[in-house]
Amino acid sequence: MHNDKFISKSEIGIFIFALALPFIFDFSPYIQGLLIFVVLWVVLGTSWNLLAGYTGQVSFGHAAFFGIGAYAAGVPFFLFKVSPWWGLLFGGITAVILGYLLGIVVFRLRGPYFALGTLAAAEILRIAFGQEEWLTNGHNGILYMTTWVSKYPYYFIILAIAAGTILTVKVVMRRREGYYFLSIREDEDAASAIGINASKYKNISMGLSSFWAGMAGAFYFIYMGFIDPETVFALHNISIISILVGIIGGVGTIWGPAIGAIIMVLLQETFRSAFFGFAPQWVSGMHAFVFGLLVIFVILYLPGGVVGDWDLIRKKLHLKRKSEMKK
Amino acid sequence: MEMFLQSLISGLLVGGLYAIIGLGMSLIMGVLKIINLAHGQLMMVAMYVSWSAWNYLGIDPYLSVVLSVPFTFYLAKFLSKYLLNPLIEKDSILPENQVLMTVGIGMVLVELARFLFTSDYRSVQTSYTGQAWDLGGVSISIPLLIAFIVSLLLTAGLFYLLMKTDLGRSIRATAQDRLAASLMGVSAEKITVLTYGIGSALIAAAGTFFLPIFYLYPDVGPEFTAKAFVITILGGLGSTVGAITGGIVLALAETFGATYLSSGYRDAYGLIIFLLVLVFLPGGLKSLTKV
Amino acid sequence: MSILSLKNVTKNFGGLTAVNNVSFDVEEGEILGLIGPNGSGKTTIFNLINHFFPVSSGDIIFKGNNITHKKTHEIAMLGIGRTFQVVKPLKRLSVADNIMAAAFSRESTFEGAKRVTREVLEFTHLDHVAHQKAGGLPIAGRKRLEIAKALATRPTLLLLDETAAGLNPAELDEAIDIIRAIRSDLGITIIIVEHIMKVIMNISDRIHAIAYGTTITEGSPAEVAANPTVIEAYLGSDYH
Repeated sequence: MHNDKFISKSEIGIFIFALALPFIFDFSPYIQGLLIFVVLWVVLGTSWNLLAGYTGQVSFGHAAFFGIGAYAAGVPFFLFKVSPWWGLLFGGITAVILGYLLGIVVFRLRGPYFALGTLAAAEILRIAFGQEEWLTNGHNGILYMTTWVSKYPYYFIILAIAAGTILTVKVVMRRREGYYFLSIREDEDAASAIGINASKYKNISMGLSSFWAGMAGAFYFIYMGFIDPETVFALHNISIISILVGIIGGVGTIWGPAIGAIIMVLLQETFRSAFFGFAPQWVSGMHAFVFGLLVIFVILYLPGGVVGDWDLIRKKLHLKRKSEMKK
Repeated sequence: MEMFLQSLISGLLVGGLYAIIGLGMSLIMGVLKIINLAHGQLMMVAMYVSWSAWNYLGIDPYLSVVLSVPFTFYLAKFLSKYLLNPLIEKDSILPENQVLMTVGIGMVLVELARFLFTSDYRSVQTSYTGQAWDLGGVSISIPLLIAFIVSLLLTAGLFYLLMKTDLGRSIRATAQDRLAASLMGVSAEKITVLTYGIGSALIAAAGTFFLPIFYLYPDVGPEFTAKAFVITILGGLGSTVGAITGGIVLALAETFGATYLSSGYRDAYGLIIFLLVLVFLPGGLKSLTKV
Repeated sequence: MSILSLKNVTKNFGGLTAVNNVSFDVEEGEILGLIGPNGSGKTTIFNLINHFFPVSSGDIIFKGNNITHKKTHEIAMLGIGRTFQVVKPLKRLSVADNIMAAAFSRESTFEGAKRVTREVLEFTHLDHVAHQKAGGLPIAGRKRLEIAKALATRPTLLLLDETAAGLNPAELDEAIDIIRAIRSDLGITIIIVEHIMKVIMNISDRIHAIAYGTTITEGSPAEVAANPTVIEAYLGSDYH
């Protein structure tokens, strides 16, 4: 780990490319929206990955942080007409506080019980935010006229949040905290025997992870102009997809969740649009089905994900090309 | 008082149904040591089998149990043999990869159902749908009562299977110590596959008997998956009696909570109890009775 | 001055008494051998000292502090390092990163941890495999990595749990040299649990023998080897 350069040239290249993208191409609003969603999922997947992939605490309730971040922007607006833009300040912090409180309960649990505990906690929040209408307007949700019509400003904001998330992981993984996270993931008992206070460092990991998920949530409200509990606390569409994005791309790798996010959104849109109109209409209902199959395939054959098992993939492709050349 | 009795009776009856969902999960958790997040989704599959039998062939849902249960049993055996078992040997960063696999399986099942049957709400209309006995102001739904009785029979059957048969002994041995069991000549691999099959067959039966009571749609599963693991944790892992207690406790908490506290929180009561039990009583409710 | 004292330490698991009223002192700078047949409670004593399990009764004193109720990571930070009989490498990390993780217990900077790691790698003769994944090491390497991780936490007392088991004769000699050097070069006090008599008799200053969780005797290696109770309890099958 410690021989890698902190930021490689190709990483800077990718970031500049992402920044320049809107200036190079004249995208339709539809494509602009997709770009924003890809980057949003990069944030969610990466923040889940810090807690699960690097620290070994497989959360099934990441929607809790996303949702609370969204409502940190939404509730002050709903109650006092405070601009949702303050959410970019409060969203992350509120999520960290929630993470700390949740940690008191769920970090007593290990393995699958931790997974269930986080899932239950997120579901309780979803139900509670639907019921407490005085605070959240319940299932009617909170509506707000977005600031700009153009999508580009939002694209740059979420890109900045994504850069912050990825940088956080990169910085942390070169410090004591990162080594401690990995030690806890690999063997909690062995970690405590070398002086690691496991519960303290799990909390730190949860704090960092929830901060960026909360920021993503606040951004979501600012960008979409509408939230309701069923959307932002969704078990499947947020918590589970965060996990799957990580798995497909590769848990415990910096760029895995980013690759996973791109694959997920591309796949979804390719199918939803029935291969951009080239395939029969019924195909459009199959996107989640195909995504599920992809998950099964990856878990079976690429347990390290696309990034983690990249060498394996390259070897397979290489062999194929060789055997084709022989023919 | 009548409201209290009504809540109590509905709670008990639904609790019986919950018990079989919990039994299946408890069995799978005990032997495979995983949380089966495709549990409710397999139940959904069984419900669609029965619904199709009723809709296209006119078969009464109580009879179509002979179709839905074997179908789900073999489907589950297939899934565990080819998708779950191979993962035991695989080295992955996250030890939860079998659990994640069940998420993938659940997703594929739901989307397949949506593709074949659309997202429409379905229900079966029979002569007994909506019928109820009136006992001095307290009404007892007939389909619910039938389902309750069937669930008692199934529980008794499972209890007999586990306690009195060779297969049951092998299952219990594998649950206790996989390695020791395989040294004793039990094929842990076969038992695992079979257990996943039996656990799924139990929820398949539950699903079929739910059909006259609940609406059916592709996303009906996750809610029952959640209930199943709440029940299992409440009752204590791998315990037959525990699953029944867990089922009844959950159903009572839901009905009483909905009647006396707030009906909007109905689905949250179970989860709250679940978190409390998980943290404070890791052995489930049965650890309260242990001296 | 004794660096560690166990005072009437007892551990019950349910109805089973794994460690029964055991007391001993470890002097600063010595190597104390802990012997006993399989299942006699040696590893349990280690697990009690670093608080993987709480004791049922009794006290454990380290450098004058009562550490009986301290947490595992606190005990490590106070200066007790340990190895595991069933090795626990952080298997997806490289050998060097395993040691880095441990070195961060005393070093707050990346560079500092790296320096400690280099020293420890050299000391334990692991430098040539530094960049291999720990999970892929052969057994001798994994046993030595256990020692290396413990050393990187800069302990003053080291608990070695069967670090020589499963090694071939050449590896065994290397292991003995390293253990001796830990004391002579680094000045670390050692408690060692070992089944291989050649190792334990050779390097221990004193030996504490237990059977069924109870102390049988304590003394120099020669005295303990000549004790009839020890021979019966521990070496019995070999001597008949």
